[in-house]
Amino acid sequence: MIRYVIRRSIGGVLVLIVTSFVTFFIFQVGPKIAHVSPALFYVGKIPPTIEGQKLIEHRFGFDLPLYKQYFNWVHGILFGRDVGDDTSALVHCSAPCLGYSFRQQLPVTHMIMQALPIELSIAAGAALLWLLGGLTIGSISALKRGSLFDRAAMTMALAAVSLPIFFTGPILLLVFKYKLRWLPNTAYASLTSDPAQWFRSMILPWLALAFIYAALYARLTRANMLETMSEDYIRTARAKGLPRRTVVIKHGLRAALTPIVTIFGLDLGQLIGSAVITESVFNLQGLGLISIRAINSQDLPVILGVTIVASFAVVVANIIVDIGYGFVDPRVSYS
Amino acid sequence: MTAQPLVRLEKPDAGDAFLSVRDLRVHFPTADGLVKSVDGLSFDVRRGEILGIVGESGSGKSVTSQAILGLHKGSQARITGEIWLDGTELVGASEEDMRSLRGDKMAMIFQDPLSAMHPFYRVGAQISEAYLVHNKTSKAEAKKRAIEMLDRVGIPNPDKRYDDYPHQFSGGMRQRAMIAMALVCDPKLLIADEPTTALDVTVQAQILDLMKDLQKEFNSAIILITHDLGVVAETCDDVVVMYGGQCVETGTVNDLFYEPEMPYAWGLLTSMPRMDRTRLERLQPIPGQPPSLIQVPKGCVFNPRCGYTEHVPGRLCFTDRPDLLPTSGGSAEHAVRCHIDPDERRRLWSGEIQPTL
Repeated sequence: MIRYVIRRSIGGVLVLIVTSFVTFFIFQVGPKIAHVSPALFYVGKIPPTIEGQKLIEHRFGFDLPLYKQYFNWVHGILFGRDVGDDTSALVHCSAPCLGYSFRQQLPVTHMIMQALPIELSIAAGAALLWLLGGLTIGSISALKRGSLFDRAAMTMALAAVSLPIFFTGPILLLVFKYKLRWLPNTAYASLTSDPAQWFRSMILPWLALAFIYAALYARLTRANMLETMSEDYIRTARAKGLPRRTVVIKHGLRAALTPIVTIFGLDLGQLIGSAVITESVFNLQGLGLISIRAINSQDLPVILGVTIVASFAVVVANIIVDIGYGFVDPRVSYS
Repeated sequence: MTAQPLVRLEKPDAGDAFLSVRDLRVHFPTADGLVKSVDGLSFDVRRGEILGIVGESGSGKSVTSQAILGLHKGSQARITGEIWLDGTELVGASEEDMRSLRGDKMAMIFQDPLSAMHPFYRVGAQISEAYLVHNKTSKAEAKKRAIEMLDRVGIPNPDKRYDDYPHQFSGGMRQRAMIAMALVCDPKLLIADEPTTALDVTVQAQILDLMKDLQKEFNSAIILITHDLGVVAETCDDVVVMYGGQCVETGTVNDLFYEPEMPYAWGLLTSMPRMDRTRLERLQPIPGQPPSLIQVPKGCVFNPRCGYTEHVPGRLCFTDRPDLLPTSGGSAEHAVRCHIDPDERRRLWSGEIQPTL
């Protein structure tokens, strides 16, 4: 088991290295192909003169060979580095230094660290909701196949999958914030400083996100449950005289859950850094909004940083899924 | 909902039978029509007796066994007739009553032990689970009992193998574990649905011996469902030959092997490979396919494949369904569903069929 975890982790680290490599070079080589100085993406809003560009390129090391640039960047992530613009003293960007945004006068790491708790709050709460909702509805649908509940739930699910968040989100806001006035103030507060306000700021985004995902998971659970409940071992469980509840939950759902675990991990990982629409609808300063703003203002260090963090989330989610799979399905870790 | 008899059922007079099945019908409504998987089946099993049910795939063997266990309850199946187990009628019993009987008083061994065991739970845990449902006892006690049963069915190091998963067991061991699971509550009725089909021959023999030993020890009634006549000859006391959802011939093992009277039973015997026959002779398979259970042939179910219909006057085989009638040949239990005159049947068997075997 421990060997398995170690093997998977090493694999994950390798994937991260490759990802960082590829991302870094796309962002460094891209401007070269377009014959634009990368310096333009690193400085403030006023474009520098040609001499200024050369100076900046030299200071940021853009005139160095690419591998050295990459090495400096990775070195910065691991040990921190000093960066500076022309006007003020050197800024120390401590490890993990993902770069420094001169456009916003902030270290990228700092920006991401501020956005990450919001991002994780959104993802974790929504995931909990959609898992609970999706699994319950899907299981009941499968067990009462063809019933009114089943047909209603599956129609709802189809509708939910087709309704985008920029439609459901504003409706939620309209109803609960402006009409019913149950949530007049949805400004974000961190979980540690004001848990009640944190919950108030999160509940609507959770519902909006969970609505879509719960629909997907309900359909998935239903399909898996239908398949599992016709397996021979379910017949065996019934032949043993187990109560229906035990047959359904312990024997049926347990087996039907296995493929869902995989998809859940990936969905969760992917959600980090890509819940842009949810964040903008509910005005939450998560990773998605940061990256959108960075893309609009061509703030390269920030885009690079968010990409790395997002891919890190996907890789970590993958490893957790693989390890979790070993626990869920005993046949896996041995093979 | 099937029509339930309004008067309280009286147990049929079936002597000392532990299980009596009377006119059992299991029909499944489908989009293509009504599938009559079992259509008027009756038989008895006594304590300490092994009844073999033989027949081709789709003859209704497994459906019958699952109907006895009440596994069709809650499905679309329409079940009529009576199943009496030790004085209790099962067809009309509630799912909860059936649940408390299943695994306790009657248990079942399934055909494919890999797919019949849950892949995610330890073998031992699956066995003690069966014990815990029916016995108010501690988990430790159930574990002890499960290890005891694993030992009893001949699994080496049972206390270590208790913690293995099914995929870590070989095919024969899995079948032993299935048997241990079925026997853990000392069932009075054991139904074995092709318990040896998925196993190789040497393991087959071990499993059959094991079942015979256990049967002697617990004096259970056993129903052995198989399509292997060799297994029947080796283990069973009585036999029911099923074809197209009906019993076409029943009797003792000797009746079936030495004095069979139904052409389908002859066909089964002539298509069975034998060591004591010269290899130059070809096996004689029964021509044609098993009947569709949606459009069961009119008259005798076997008539499209029967080579002896000319021995019956007129077109009786194609118009009237023969009854299962006692015959004078063989034991008192011997009964045959065939239009051919009993004397003519016996003449055909001893004159034409038996010499070719």
